[in-house]
Amino acid sequence: MKSPEELKREADELFDGIVGVELKNKDRMKIPPQEMPNQDPNARIGNMNEVATGYFEHQVRVEAARCLNCKNAPCIAGCPVAIDIPGFVKAAEAGDYDKSVQIIKESSLLPAICGRVCPQETQCQATCTVGKALKDPLKSVSIGRIERYVADLERESGKKSIPEIAPETGKKVAVIGSGPAGITAAADLRKAGHQVTIFEAFHKPGGVMIYGIPEFRLPKAIVQEEFDTLTAMGVELKTNFLVGRTRKLTDLIEKDGYDAIFIGSGAGLPKFMNIEGENLVGVFSANEYLTRSNMMKAYDEAHADTPIYHSKRVAVLGGGNVAMDAARTAVRLGAEKVYIVYRRTEKEMPARVEEVHHAKEEGIEFMLLHNPKRILGNENGRVKGLELLSYELGEPDDSGRRRPVPIEGSESILDVDTVIVSIGNDSNPLLEHTTDNLETNKWGNIVVNEDLETSIDRVYAGGDIVLGAATVILAMGQGRKAAAQINDRLAKE
Amino acid sequence: MNKVLEKLQLSDQVYKMKLEAPLIAQERKPGQFVIIQKDTNFGERIPLTIADADPEEGSITIIFQTVGKTTIELSQFEPGDSIENVLGPLGQPTHIEKVGTVVCVGGGIGVAPMHPIAQALKAAGNKVIIIIGARNKELVIMEEEMKAIADELIVVTDDGSYGRKALVTEPLKEICEKDPPDQVVAIGPPIMMKFAAETTRPFGVPTIVSLNTIMVDGTGMCGGCRVTVGGKTKFVCVDGPEFDGHQVDFDNMMLRLGAYKNREEEQSHKCRLDAQIEAKQAKESK
Repeated sequence: MKSPEELKREADELFDGIVGVELKNKDRMKIPPQEMPNQDPNARIGNMNEVATGYFEHQVRVEAARCLNCKNAPCIAGCPVAIDIPGFVKAAEAGDYDKSVQIIKESSLLPAICGRVCPQETQCQATCTVGKALKDPLKSVSIGRIERYVADLERESGKKSIPEIAPETGKKVAVIGSGPAGITAAADLRKAGHQVTIFEAFHKPGGVMIYGIPEFRLPKAIVQEEFDTLTAMGVELKTNFLVGRTRKLTDLIEKDGYDAIFIGSGAGLPKFMNIEGENLVGVFSANEYLTRSNMMKAYDEAHADTPIYHSKRVAVLGGGNVAMDAARTAVRLGAEKVYIVYRRTEKEMPARVEEVHHAKEEGIEFMLLHNPKRILGNENGRVKGLELLSYELGEPDDSGRRRPVPIEGSESILDVDTVIVSIGNDSNPLLEHTTDNLETNKWGNIVVNEDLETSIDRVYAGGDIVLGAATVILAMGQGRKAAAQINDRLAKE
Repeated sequence: MNKVLEKLQLSDQVYKMKLEAPLIAQERKPGQFVIIQKDTNFGERIPLTIADADPEEGSITIIFQTVGKTTIELSQFEPGDSIENVLGPLGQPTHIEKVGTVVCVGGGIGVAPMHPIAQALKAAGNKVIIIIGARNKELVIMEEEMKAIADELIVVTDDGSYGRKALVTEPLKEICEKDPPDQVVAIGPPIMMKFAAETTRPFGVPTIVSLNTIMVDGTGMCGGCRVTVGGKTKFVCVDGPEFDGHQVDFDNMMLRLGAYKNREEEQSHKCRLDAQIEAKQAKESK
């Protein structure tokens, strides 16, 4: 890993070589990809600060110069909210960062967040011509890092613009949940001049961006700032309000005068493995572990009232981004040894390459082709070990990934005192249980038509509650789409 | 923000508080609970059962025992102060129907959540026998309120300082032997609920218990509240808080309740010391 100073020096030199020069595509292809400067692994495991510290200015200019400005712009097709990517990248190349961020904001409300947590390598950067030519999507133009830079610059300048609001329509729309789907929908609905209220069950807004994604990957102050923009636009927030329990969903329309509802209530109940010992003390869902640390600030033991388990040896079950977040949080909370237990190989891991890389740098050990069989407890009902079974890869399954097959008699015991289960979520049944005629599928996800309208008139839904587990940007895409449908409909009434 | 309307100290460690919460007061049903967090930045979220509600006044009543830092600090709130966050009503309401004779067993502050349930059971036309249990006279709460509902009221204390010297299981067993009731509802410390369920098991009397476990969100997201019921994992916040007492693995539940015990004890000790020092300083300054 190169130090930030080295990266800066290299970028300065490269920039001197290209500034004012008319570049041909062949020249652009020769520019080396700019690495993200990171906090040193040994230092960062002792703090909660952001790991990736952000590009230097000349890194942005150099990286943006790698973009070929393709006519067909395959990157745009890879973006769930269809940002004009070549447009903002070229503005950044020219050093017009303000124009750059304004182009992004035509399509995305949360660039500082998406620049950090979008899985660009499977979206815009997966289809990038540069990456294709270099036969490695990781060598595509780093669209997300440029996005982050221009968004942060605007944020830090304190001159963040508030979107224009159409004249008041007198219509009222309720948005349930203040995560990425809800925030996006609320912004678009408010821009159209409707009165918008967001109902949030927790005591703070932001959903998964607050309770789930750790500070070291997404600083909470950024999420709060994005939310402040909504408040400045005149969106009303009601925290501690669980629609379904505090008030029935349909009461919002029938009694409280809302003209439409968007449900973006997110993922629900954490899944467990249904193995022996799963309810021992020291077994947590990743949701619980992360919520305690992030939202409840349990990492700050001097101030926070919420406790978190003191672990020495931790096994995290699962191979997604949430598993990486939990493992890396455990390291920062002082665990001496942290394992990721995953039944397939690294290639099949759903986590982002960057997150896996960071986890390894932080000393996390990957137990691949292993799956838990049972959790062992001591006489006090606390975890004392995890029995694992080794796997090998067999024939491809329905998903096209080679199916892991257990190797008989390959049991082994991993010496751990904590097990964090991170194998996804089932949908939350609360709205379904408390709302008549709200149709859900066999997984409990809310069923919507192509306009994202549910089985109840005037009630729309999007994000994880519809998609199952997805990403911040997909949830935003759905929030935007549903808002457009609601805006259309209310405009006609 | 939820304003404290009234506060009453019921015993050394038990407080009754009336909070402004108009929406919760309107929607809540017997058996449901709220999550309370005294301050947004660093406060802990704790589940507390709703003991009573007044939809007209827009208030709910909670009864709690000072067992840790959060409850001790909560007990220092005065009328006019505000609690930053109150979420609810949460959990499945108690299933109330006319079954015949119901014995309601309330232990310690478990009497508080039992009150609205007993009231509803009575209103549904059941004969309601109430057993109140406490360690000593000082800790017996809501006797008058329960007396107003009960067809028969039995008060027991561990040390015999009030009512009959017995554990709640003794009168419960006698009732089961004499004329098994159609249902038992037991709410109290886990150990009491465990033995109440064991008492009724041989008689085959359906026994409902209401569990109060560690929670963070209270809406199903964290799974910290999970218990083993009939060999299956259940979430107290969305599947409960009430379960078939004969199916609950109380031993596992009690271990889970102690997950953060060391830290809690440390803090509670510190907190009590602070409170004592503060009280002393206040006296001295007068």
